[in-house]
Amino acid sequence: MIAEAGHFALTLALFVAVVQSSVPLIGAERRDSLWMSVAQPAAILQFLLITFAFACLTIAFVTSDFSLTTVVRNSHTAKPLIYKISGVWGNHEGSMLLWVLILSLFGALVAMFGNNLPPGLRARALAVQAMVAVGFYLFMLLTSNPFERIIPPPANGQDLNPLLQDFGLAVHPPMLYLGYVGFSMAFSFAIAALIEGRVDAAWARWVRPWTLLAWCFLTGGIALGSWWAYYELGWGGFWFWDPVENASFMPWLAGTALLHSSIVVEKRDALKGWTVFLAIVTFSLSLLGTFLVRSGVLTSVHAFATDPSRGVFILALLVIVTGGSLILFAWRGPGLKSDVLFQPISREGGLLFNNLVMTTAAATVLLGTLYPLMLEAMGGGKVSVGAPFFNATFVPLMLPMLVAMAAGPMLTWKRSDLKPVLNRLWFAFFAAALMAIVAWWLQGGAVYGLIGAAIAAWLFAGTMVQLAERIHLFRVPWRESLRRLGRMPRAAWGMTIAHAGLAITIAGVTGAGVWKIESIQTLSPGQSATVAGYEYVFQGVKKVDGPNYRADRATFQVKKDGKDIVTLSPEKRLYVVQNQPTTEAAIYPTLWGDLYAVIGDPEGTNGAYVTRLYFNPLVLWMWIGVMLMVLGGAFSLSDRRYRVGAPTRTSRPVEGAAAAQ
Amino acid sequence: MKRLSMKRALYFIPLAVFLVMVIYFAFGLTRDARVIPSVLINQPVPALALAPIKGSPAGFSTADLKNQVTLVNIFGSWCVACKVEHPFLMELRKSNVVPIYGINWREANRDDGPAWLKRFGDPYTRIGDDPKSMAAIAFGVTGAPETFVVDHQGIIRYKHTGPLTYKIWNEIIGPIVEQLRRDQEKAKGAS
Repeated sequence: MIAEAGHFALTLALFVAVVQSSVPLIGAERRDSLWMSVAQPAAILQFLLITFAFACLTIAFVTSDFSLTTVVRNSHTAKPLIYKISGVWGNHEGSMLLWVLILSLFGALVAMFGNNLPPGLRARALAVQAMVAVGFYLFMLLTSNPFERIIPPPANGQDLNPLLQDFGLAVHPPMLYLGYVGFSMAFSFAIAALIEGRVDAAWARWVRPWTLLAWCFLTGGIALGSWWAYYELGWGGFWFWDPVENASFMPWLAGTALLHSSIVVEKRDALKGWTVFLAIVTFSLSLLGTFLVRSGVLTSVHAFATDPSRGVFILALLVIVTGGSLILFAWRGPGLKSDVLFQPISREGGLLFNNLVMTTAAATVLLGTLYPLMLEAMGGGKVSVGAPFFNATFVPLMLPMLVAMAAGPMLTWKRSDLKPVLNRLWFAFFAAALMAIVAWWLQGGAVYGLIGAAIAAWLFAGTMVQLAERIHLFRVPWRESLRRLGRMPRAAWGMTIAHAGLAITIAGVTGAGVWKIESIQTLSPGQSATVAGYEYVFQGVKKVDGPNYRADRATFQVKKDGKDIVTLSPEKRLYVVQNQPTTEAAIYPTLWGDLYAVIGDPEGTNGAYVTRLYFNPLVLWMWIGVMLMVLGGAFSLSDRRYRVGAPTRTSRPVEGAAAAQ
Repeated sequence: MKRLSMKRALYFIPLAVFLVMVIYFAFGLTRDARVIPSVLINQPVPALALAPIKGSPAGFSTADLKNQVTLVNIFGSWCVACKVEHPFLMELRKSNVVPIYGINWREANRDDGPAWLKRFGDPYTRIGDDPKSMAAIAFGVTGAPETFVVDHQGIIRYKHTGPLTYKIWNEIIGPIVEQLRRDQEKAKGAS
């Protein structure tokens, strides 16, 4: 009964979305405020209906209602409660329901808090949002209904893929979807602007917070996924340039570009067509991400849900959404003129440079991800494009941007001079050289390592110089500097924190990627191995039972200079229902590196095991850096000018370098 | 006026690029995943060192495949089609035509592979264990069973997807093995 109610709510939401996608649009065209006003209650109603449907499915999972196909395939009575709940979106049907839940949530937020939006823009944006929703509702109802019954119901379920029974993966998909789907708002605003034929600073001020919000979630979501791969897959790596990972990274790159180009629209009334284009591209890449993961078009190491028949539907959806909006863009885009001249050395010049690099990087990742498919289409056979390609293209591509990133925020709008900026950056230059020397002294001359260390130091020091400049540190009494610091706009804080966070992330990625130490050996109980100065004493393996798995748990006593540091207990689990083994790495994070232990298979009969021990330098920095980036985004999001909402359309005087980003 | 239309054309580029991508996607959805890839053909065997399966003394590495013509066969106790081709592999072993190196792919339990071989017979010269699909990925395996023909220099010369049969052996793989043997003799004579 509950399942039928959920199914009914989903169907009802489809009809509401159909109304919301047409009536307000016609109303906006005819300037009929009654027709336009349909959008807001419809958006809120959609959200309520989907929330209800989602609650129904959650109840089915929690109570182990095995008359539902989805529950049978992905749950089991013995599964811990948190994974029964996360199981709701740990499968195809449920994850699509989560997708539309978030889509309708964003629509409802605009409906509720968009009172000071121009009514025409609001009506059109909500209509576009509803069009996307119609596509997804149809997709669910026609090809992947989460409320499908099974007759006769089995006594117990098939359990969730054990790799997914994990806290990181319980929160990873919702975060990622909040990011993906969040970009739908920027997309809807972009399409609405194309229909209206007008993009201005007020428009940018509306699009930017949505983009920021989506960006924060996507950044966090990608980091969570990476963290999960790091501790759960037991390979000691954190990023594999796997198609599924790339699928989430491409919208991130495009979204980051969008984030920066919308600043130019807001401050300089330029790059309008480009920003609209980026909004379309970012959401299209989010859809593409869904398409790639769900359809099996590309084979991936962790393709958990693949089904070609669904792929056809998503492809059709992609063609309608992206193809349709690109046609609209080709038709209306040239009308979005901006008569502003660009100086290459200026704040907007710097932001444009960021955009060029970010989009090129996104295109490179796209090419690398799709290349195997293209080659095969041309009769070239099957290949996989792996990390070497991406390391050889992506890393060099990012370097000039990272170099420029330290200087960019110090340039003024319109016309700037590079010389005084470079003069101020002597400190950053010194820091970069120093870090490269330190890295060379500590770790030897791996080129990527030296470059990474230098770039991280350069960007961090450059960002700090920029902060010092902003508060006139050392040039005015420190009391005055402190006062300036206190009065700095939130957005400026956000930029500083996020850029510093990226610098710290780069340091972490360099450490973990270049200076990793790995040791594989067979150890008998009592024997020990030394990795990076840490002595791991193997104390044998015990059998332990979990709620729905059996495990071999090894114990390592880790010592340094004879002192006990920590006891590590990596596990090898066998999930009984699916008869699938998983590896649980034991990790002890320290500021300078993670101690990481994984246990393999037994050797012989005397209790000896194959063990893999890693020292992964600076991994903690990577996570801290990403958290700072998200925090920076949140700071920027809380800036006063977004809370006030869309201000009047009079152009504000440009406040020089002190103006916030 | 001309410049303006040039600028308009610029706005159509994204659409054009997208349409090309759609064609590839449409292809990707309709392709047959069983088609044999040709990229590995005439390429050296990927560098591997495989651990032995449980109860067997030695696995094998890429170096073991040199100086002789060999078959590399991917199998698993969970794979029904492997069961189908198994009697024929036993025949090959009995007649000592060509050494077969097995890759025991993705056993859920380490005892499964050895138990399966114990029950039905072991046609392999040596067997490498591949629980984590390392070798399978390196070989570009799309499904078990798959059989690679490797020449005396360790270069892959042919790949067969699906169970081996008398017919396939007589018509395709047998002649290839013969030819590679002759090439090896020639190379020996030359040096």
